Amino acid sequence: MSAKLSPRQVGDVIVVDVSGRITLGEGSSNLREGIRGLLTQGNKKILLNLGEVSYIDSSGIGELVSGFTSVTNQGGQLKLLNLTKRVRDLLQITKLYTVFEVYDEEAAAVRSFV
Amino acid sequence: MGEDTSSETRRVEKLLDSVLESADAAERVALKAARELGFPDDEQHKIGMAVREAIVNAVVHGNRYNAHKKVHLAVTSGQDHLAVTIGDEGEGFDLAALPDPLAEQNLLHQSGRGIFLIRAFMDEFEVRRRVPGGTEVRLVKYLEKKQ
Repeated sequence: MSAKLSPRQVGDVIVVDVSGRITLGEGSSNLREGIRGLLTQGNKKILLNLGEVSYIDSSGIGELVSGFTSVTNQGGQLKLLNLTKRVRDLLQITKLYTVFEVYDEEAAAVRSFV
Repeated sequence: MGEDTSSETRRVEKLLDSVLESADAAERVALKAARELGFPDDEQHKIGMAVREAIVNAVVHGNRYNAHKKVHLAVTSGQDHLAVTIGDEGEGFDLAALPDPLAEQNLLHQSGRGIFLIRAFMDEFEVRRRVPGGTEVRLVKYLEKKQ
């Protein structure tokens, strides 16, 4: 199943529950368009909940990076929540684990936004 | 195309279209072979990912989605290893010229991690020119890690 995004508001943070596969094609496209849409609406505090992401390929990693760059360049923050072991391992071997702020608990993640 | 079921090796060959969905088909073939060989779950996942990345490269960069060009897949199960070759009918590429995705200046690039992941997940990775034309990559994973 290609990645689906379900945004919800928690205070002034948009928590985006992502589920499915973030792979080249529909999945990565959905992620890209989803983040772009939130930015267009003026949302600058975005927390991607990846707990239900079953699979991510290099294109999906690329969209996470692209989203992070876009949000940061507009003065916002994009952070990650609930990484599975496989996604965490991917970010570590690609040296991206230290680029993102990663959280295991939503309340702490939401509090971290300035 | 077909199967070779001789006692020591089993080989499955498929000719795939230059569409993204071919990555799903190739991953299924590779995962089935990996499962039958007895690779643990995590190693099966790595094999599937590596094959997917290689097929996507063949479709997107090699054949450039050209409907007249095919992707050539062969999955060979040896006694202690799985070998996957993926060939495209494109112009070829210079492996040495690819940017290092771990270099600081490239870390935030959107693309360029596919081959890096293949190398990280497989024990052997080889690129060669394909006859009559195109590129063939060979990915190998051993049941017990080679020293």
